[in-house]
Amino acid sequence: MKMMKRQKIILTSVLIAVGINSLYAGPNQDSPHLGHTISPEEIKKWDISVFPDGEGLPDGKGNVVEGEKLYQEKCIACHGENGLGASSDQLAGAQMGLSSEYPEQTIGSYWPYATTIFDVVRRSMPMTAPGSLTNNETYALTAYLLYLNNIISKDDVMNASTLAKVKMPNEDGFINVYEEEKSKK
Amino acid sequence: MSQDRDDDLLLKKNQVAGNGLLDRRLFLKKGLQFSAISTLVSTATLASATAETKKEFDPANPTWMKQPGKAFSPYGLPSEFEDDVLRYPSPNEVVTGNGVSWTPLHKMEGTITPNGLHYERHHNGVPQIDPKQHRLLIHGLVKNDLIFSIDDLLRYPMQSKTCFIECGGNSNAGWNSQPHQAEAGYFNGMVSCCEWTGVPLSVLLNEVGLRKNAKWIIAEGADAFAMQMSIPIEKAMDDAFLALYQNGERIRPENGYPLRLIVPGWEGVLNVKWLRRLKVTNRPVMARNETSKYTELQPSGKSRMFTFPMEAKSLITSPSAHMLLKEKGLYQITGLAWSGRGKISKVDVSADGGKTWAEAELQQPVLDRSLTRFRLPWQWNGKQSVIMSRATDETGYVQPDRNKLIKERGKHGFFHYNAITRWQIDTDGFVSHIYENDETTKNNSDISIDSGWD
Repeated sequence: MKMMKRQKIILTSVLIAVGINSLYAGPNQDSPHLGHTISPEEIKKWDISVFPDGEGLPDGKGNVVEGEKLYQEKCIACHGENGLGASSDQLAGAQMGLSSEYPEQTIGSYWPYATTIFDVVRRSMPMTAPGSLTNNETYALTAYLLYLNNIISKDDVMNASTLAKVKMPNEDGFINVYEEEKSKK
Repeated sequence: MSQDRDDDLLLKKNQVAGNGLLDRRLFLKKGLQFSAISTLVSTATLASATAETKKEFDPANPTWMKQPGKAFSPYGLPSEFEDDVLRYPSPNEVVTGNGVSWTPLHKMEGTITPNGLHYERHHNGVPQIDPKQHRLLIHGLVKNDLIFSIDDLLRYPMQSKTCFIECGGNSNAGWNSQPHQAEAGYFNGMVSCCEWTGVPLSVLLNEVGLRKNAKWIIAEGADAFAMQMSIPIEKAMDDAFLALYQNGERIRPENGYPLRLIVPGWEGVLNVKWLRRLKVTNRPVMARNETSKYTELQPSGKSRMFTFPMEAKSLITSPSAHMLLKEKGLYQITGLAWSGRGKISKVDVSADGGKTWAEAELQQPVLDRSLTRFRLPWQWNGKQSVIMSRATDETGYVQPDRNKLIKERGKHGFFHYNAITRWQIDTDGFVSHIYENDETTKNNSDISIDSGWD
């Protein structure tokens, strides 16, 4: 009887291990395995994602004055003077609060992380020539947009270290509904 | 008068809810005839066609039986007489590759969206990708970083799943203070349903070998926006897959050719098109489209974030806004219901503005996370009527009415509008979009969402 129980436990453990293996651990020998290896240097050319803690931010730097000049050349047509919006989003100058009748969702009033500005500008902007800005230019534009929103001062320089430290006013303004629902389950 | 007597008899025997809703089992009765519903535009066309028929046409001897038909075609197109069944593009005025095009749900039947009518949401145009030059990179918190060509992926065992994809911003005109008066599909048609075929994502994630701290994947597209979105690893390992085929043919460029991530039931934006990279991480990247967009501002000033599943919703597609019921009589109410949390379990229909409800017939089979067609016969008495539908999914979730949704979420959430839609048929038979009551309309601030797509 005792033996039986032990065997049962072992069998169950094996089954659980197999189950977990097929879900999370690899490699599964049964699948085709047609992927090709790729070097870390090569991956660097692909990986442009920037995280709130600064992971992914490249070398380089930029300031508000440089950023303003670039903004006038490349951004103002769609985002308007001083980031007040035109055919595209208003980026700065929010007057009405988020809980007011006419909330204004700008970088300064709404965006939770400053690194997101760098990430989206470098990968997507300007819409007519995405991916054309250098890292220095991207830092400069990020600095100008933060300055327009009264988050940094005119003399601040943005680089991998300083940008990761910028605290956005609405960082705590979000409810992670996915995690909330998961914890209820 | 005899027709009226027949109508009365039909009503007496079969009415299941107020203002003429009839038993859905009536569909089984042979010889059931519905009155015609037309749009205002096609009414004029119809009138002129009838006139022409009298003059020139002899239906007993149509001209197309007197001469050979057209030759074979390598790729078929719809009849030239269906040239008004079109997507409705609504691009940004300056950057024209940024915007949406709506599926004409009000002109369609069944549940499958033909590839040429699947809705579009692009952030900077449709890339014209040479599949030979396209690669998928999987890297990050994995044991082996791997890169795949499309030819590699085409050699994997595939699976098919029919499912809807709905933009998180679909139906957002519903937040407007006044009821939007476009055709049903042209403000609710950012939902489409196809059979997608491809490789389960779990197979590839097992091949690269997830590390223990793998919690999210960042999916990135090869478009000019380089769209990236964070997706929890649980969903990636559960039912997400990499689609290569759409309704049996390779995915259309505007829907992600050559490779699209399918995340069944979750916000359209997560179904990343032109997929080129999956980075496995321990946290979300906090991309622009999961922070400043696709989050829902609440009256408290706090915003809902990572609201992934599209909640249950339904919509009567016929009769619907801009259509015309030419005479009182027997009509077929038909529409679509769907839920990002599973199957639709029932759809109730009301013809008296929500006072009484009757359960509609659901087209079988009802599929998980797919558009579900419902139908119900209705005897219209020629009086002003309000028709509406209400979906319930297998989790028990019931589609809310607009007042309830706004009470919970406010009016500035922009995304995830899934309230009940009311169509009013006036005494002339014209159908328009209305809200629950005048009070609601008056109390709304003057917001108008026409082109919030940036």
